[in-house]
Amino acid sequence: MKRVNIIGAGISGLSAAICLAKNGTACCLISSMPSERAQSVLAEGGINAALDTMGENDTIKEHFDDTMKGGCFLESASAVKILTDNAPEVVMELFRLGAPLMSEKGRLILRNFGGQKKKRTAFAKSSTGKMIMTALIDEARKYEASGLIKRYPHHEFAGINITDGSLDSIVVRDSRSNEFLSLAGNTIICTGGMNGFFEGMTTGTTQNTGNAAAILFDAGVEFADLEFIQYHPTTVGITGKRMLISEAARGEGGRLFIMRNNEKCYFMEEKYPELKNLMPRDVVSREMFFVKEMPECPGEVYLDMTELSSDIWKNKLSDLRKEIIAYLHKDPAAEPIAVSPGIHFFMGGIRVSDRHETNIRGLFAAGECACKYHGANRLGGNSLLGAAFGGKTAAEAAMKDMPDWSEERISFEQSVSSPSVRSRLKDILLGGLGIARDSTRLEKALDESGKLYREDITAIDRMRVRLGTAALRSALERKESRGSHYRTDYPDKNDKYRKLTVVKSAGDDIILRFIPADSEEKL
Amino acid sequence: MKYTIRILRRDRGSTESYIQDFEYETENDSDTAATALTSLNSREALTDISGLPARAIEWECSCLQKKCGACAMRINGRPGLACDAVLADFGKNIIELEPLRKFPVICDLTVDRSILFENLKTLRLWLAQTSDPSDKMQELAYESSECLQCGCCLEICPNFYAGGKFFGMSAVPVTTRLLAQMSKAEYKEISRLYSKHIFSGCGKSLACRDICPKKIDTEKLLVNANALAVWKRNGNAHFARSVNNE
Ligand SMILES: Cc1cc2nc3c(=O)[nH]c(=O)nc-3n(C[C@H](O)[C@H](O)[C@H](O)COP(=O)(O)OP(=O)(O)OC[C@H]3O[C@@H](n4cnc5c(N)ncnc54)[C@H](O)[C@@H]3O)c2cc1C
Ligand code: FES
Repeated sequence: MKRVNIIGAGISGLSAAICLAKNGTACCLISSMPSERAQSVLAEGGINAALDTMGENDTIKEHFDDTMKGGCFLESASAVKILTDNAPEVVMELFRLGAPLMSEKGRLILRNFGGQKKKRTAFAKSSTGKMIMTALIDEARKYEASGLIKRYPHHEFAGINITDGSLDSIVVRDSRSNEFLSLAGNTIICTGGMNGFFEGMTTGTTQNTGNAAAILFDAGVEFADLEFIQYHPTTVGITGKRMLISEAARGEGGRLFIMRNNEKCYFMEEKYPELKNLMPRDVVSREMFFVKEMPECPGEVYLDMTELSSDIWKNKLSDLRKEIIAYLHKDPAAEPIAVSPGIHFFMGGIRVSDRHETNIRGLFAAGECACKYHGANRLGGNSLLGAAFGGKTAAEAAMKDMPDWSEERISFEQSVSSPSVRSRLKDILLGGLGIARDSTRLEKALDESGKLYREDITAIDRMRVRLGTAALRSALERKESRGSHYRTDYPDKNDKYRKLTVVKSAGDDIILRFIPADSEEKL
Repeated sequence: MKYTIRILRRDRGSTESYIQDFEYETENDSDTAATALTSLNSREALTDISGLPARAIEWECSCLQKKCGACAMRINGRPGLACDAVLADFGKNIIELEPLRKFPVICDLTVDRSILFENLKTLRLWLAQTSDPSDKMQELAYESSECLQCGCCLEICPNFYAGGKFFGMSAVPVTTRLLAQMSKAEYKEISRLYSKHIFSGCGKSLACRDICPKKIDTEKLLVNANALAVWKRNGNAHFARSVNNE
């Protein structure tokens, strides 16, 4: 029997499953929780495509240029070209599946988003992810009923067996029965970002523990660009996490200010008269960081949305307003909201080719867990796009040369991560991988992670420390500033480093090398 | 503020439940039941209120922001989302957490809600062809798509039980969205299944309306779905598509 395994049922996993099913290929859709609970439902602001419905003469070429520029030319041009060429079809397909994106007479309405001069972001108020996911979930149900998609909705990825660079099988744990299954067959990893390395400090879900990434790294899967972590400028702390205030708030007219000598200083507008508050996220977060260090600006940075029209609040941001009132007990239409940068997106991840192959034959990756499309800094609205398109592309690749699929119940030793080790690792990583980095902080963090690694910790914690260490090493070795990676000791871009930082585990060691961003090197 | 978090627990594989109390102290007024559970589980050695060792509490959570439905449970007797249940709002020091009762308990506060998803399959809720979105229907489709499939509406419903013929409110938003967007050819089968599994079993108590964590206007969706699927005409809700116009 032939079948493909997909781990993760967010937008990338669902897109992969639907693409396989449409082509008559069966798949197992494995996830620790049902799709309704995946991080993708949190996406707020929108999804990008140069649909040019707003009379601004937008073009695919400009979407390509903005994506390359936003990512500081770290992604391969070929990958970004395929993505942006296909974006209009990807978004229209979601619309045809019934995602209620805002439209008028069948034409999608687009909004402004960071790092892009033209309106290019399709949206559904500030619940775009939820709306897209609902449509994809309903579509997948059709194939579940026909047997082409088989759900494993409470199954955790637990291990992987690789021989001579080829995937043999993956191991998953049924969290209801505690039984382990070994599944052979081509496998697509769609497990999302590594939030769990920064528990409580990200805008994402607790479900994306990062364990899957740690296990894969330990098994010899190559990762790339782990130093590129996006701090979203406008987040607020609520208990247990950072809550995002979508970029749409600024896209619709929200302004950032800080009090300077008792006057409101719109620091983004002063410094960047063209894109103003809508500069790419890395720039905004860094400017917020700098401005707060100035002695004449002692207070918080505020997001001022009080000038937005009642029409915008009603038709475009009603749910965002409701959410801010519910969690902060403040009405953003009446008073500015204090905001600060929070960890939001991982540009780095499993290294994949344009076809989403990894360095292991039979293993593919897509969505936020993969390092693709976003370079040194992701543009808002490009990640839903990258996940939807990446899932489909991975599925197309995984359909070729399918080995036999099998499922077997096995006994397996699974170790458990300890809350205190997780918390220590988080503190170490935050120490090294903050918005502003330097060799002293990074070396200190590496020293601490080395000590933690040598302590008597569980196997999974050891793997986690190893992957965290690889991220610190990557940040230390990249002796330049680019996108979200800002080094105070190397504040300028250096094109010697217009390369991917590729890391691979080898025994207790981590091998690190730089390869050109558009390398044709065979994966 | 010092709270006693009282949890109705059950060990994995057991059929017996037991109550265990935990002490939780916080200075933060906005702490929720989810904050308390996260904090208890992050203690290196969890002990109950009398100092006896206790295993970590099993519960489900994901978004911590009222957007995914994972953390539904009974909180002081009413179904709700743990991440939405601000402890200070209850005005008392004892917070009782129990698993939802309408679903089989797996362990502690985790229940098996797979029946929710199975029922949607039985109802054949999908588009056979692609949708034909009209501007008028987008708002209705949006509102329906907000449903979290958390199960709170089923927990409170006097007529729903897992495995029964009546599937309850959680199927209505999905039906409403699809009926709003599908072609007439697809209508018939879904209408038949809807009548059998929703319309004929609903006693219109509308307890679901008050309990929905997303405050979805379940009555409006119900009126729309009934109008479209059962009466084959516009309901009194202004959103319903006129079938005759198709
Ligand atoms: C608050 C917020 C707002 C955002 N807004 C936008 C936006 O407006 N536009 C945009 O383009 N992007 C946005 N993003 C980013 C975007 O939502 C994500 O990058 C994207 O949804 C990722 O999709 P995914 O399929 O890769 O993974 P996810 O949706 O994260 O899904 C991961 C899946 O993997 C499963 N999983 C994880 N670990 C395991 C494991 N060990 N075993 C088994 N299963 C596992 C999970 O159960 C889940 O099903 C936002 C993100 C956040 C947090
Ligand atoms: S954790 Fe998502 S709704 Fe509570």
